[in-house]
Amino acid sequence: MVPWFAWSAAILFVVGLYIGFFVAPTDIQQSEAYRIMFIHVPASILSMFIYLVMAGYAALGLIFNTRLSSMMASALAPTGALLAFLSLWTGALWGKPMWGAWWVWDARLTSELILLFLYLGFIALHASIDDPRRADRASALLAIIGSVNVPIIYFSVQWWNTLHQGATVKFTGTSMHVAMQQGMYTMMLAVWLYAIAVSLLRVRSIILERECKAQWVSELAEVTR
Amino acid sequence: MNKLSVIGLLSLVIHRDLVLAMRRRADVLTTLIFFVIVVSLFPLGVGPEADMLRKMAPGVVWVAALLASMLSLGRMFSADYLDGTLEQMMLVPQSLSVLVLAKILAHWMVSGLPLVIMAPVLGLQFDMPAQALWVLIAALLLGTPILSMIGAVGAALTLGLRGGGALVSLLVLPLCIPVLIFGAGAVEAVVSGTSVGSHLSLLGALLVMALVFTPWVTALALRISME
Repeated sequence: MVPWFAWSAAILFVVGLYIGFFVAPTDIQQSEAYRIMFIHVPASILSMFIYLVMAGYAALGLIFNTRLSSMMASALAPTGALLAFLSLWTGALWGKPMWGAWWVWDARLTSELILLFLYLGFIALHASIDDPRRADRASALLAIIGSVNVPIIYFSVQWWNTLHQGATVKFTGTSMHVAMQQGMYTMMLAVWLYAIAVSLLRVRSIILERECKAQWVSELAEVTR
Repeated sequence: MNKLSVIGLLSLVIHRDLVLAMRRRADVLTTLIFFVIVVSLFPLGVGPEADMLRKMAPGVVWVAALLASMLSLGRMFSADYLDGTLEQMMLVPQSLSVLVLAKILAHWMVSGLPLVIMAPVLGLQFDMPAQALWVLIAALLLGTPILSMIGAVGAALTLGLRGGGALVSLLVLPLCIPVLIFGAGAVEAVVSGTSVGSHLSLLGALLVMALVFTPWVTALALRISME
């Protein structure tokens, strides 16, 4: 499955970036610099979505005592953390020409920063407990507690007066140019597929690591060679 | 033996924890002195200009209170965990959440309450006006229990782990950021003349939510850590 996802992600990345950089027209207010939106928006949305998926897997592992769910949660965490970091970094790169500042302490940026800290805390807690089952369950609890942050990020532009712009794409339709929309959706799909591909690869390593004493592992082609 | 009521269990555990803390007064005082030193470091670092200090004061006192609370969290469960009392506590017929609530309250009385009492004195160091000092006391009174409660979840998750205070702080500080924002915001609001009530009510709401959820979540975390 991984190659399918990986290749789809790669192709969509190329297509999306092409649309973003060449086909989409120049924005009236923001001229060329707005094009970083094609990386920033997908990274932010995916970072929030991956946190919820991770918390969901963690909850499954906690409730049903399934080992694979917790392994998936641990596999998703680094990707999510990377995307949260990218979201903040590309946001800063966008903010400097637009707002004149690399960073402001408004609600959305602060809560996305907290999301990055939550990801890092999850990874740190899991890494510092030796017993894998206790590590899984403790970090699952942490992930579930932290998931209250995601709605805060999402609704922060409605609840507070923030510098960050509000939602442009609503369920009722959008005011964005068609080519921009296509570029953004393509990039979003591309980042999503990338996240799936990378997480599946990572969970493969986690499974091999944890089950290294099992017979099926020692019989694998890669190991017996 | 008659089964203890909820109040009976609460008062028993609080009394025990307070007695134990009194025997180790040094631990308690070290946290308080840490608080004082951290607050005093800021003017030394940024310079003694009165206007700037007055503006910084709420934030500095709050951050120092946060850090001092983080320091003292290790003490909440570790002593009982190490000598086996925690295991016995988990076997009582009453709900573990009640016991945990009692331990959190005792911990707050020993580490949070001294911070609240010390804070106005430190506020005077920063030349804060009298009204601001009252709001600082009120905000800390509402906020430090929340810090103890959220910290209890972190302490329970990291029971017995190496990594020291840094790991607990990494886990708990992001969750405490709303308390910091509203607490410091309340004092800044009174200084700048805007409404204080909104910040304090939000702090009160956070306190009530923490009272409802954290004992149960901490009990869950303890069971995870102790299996």
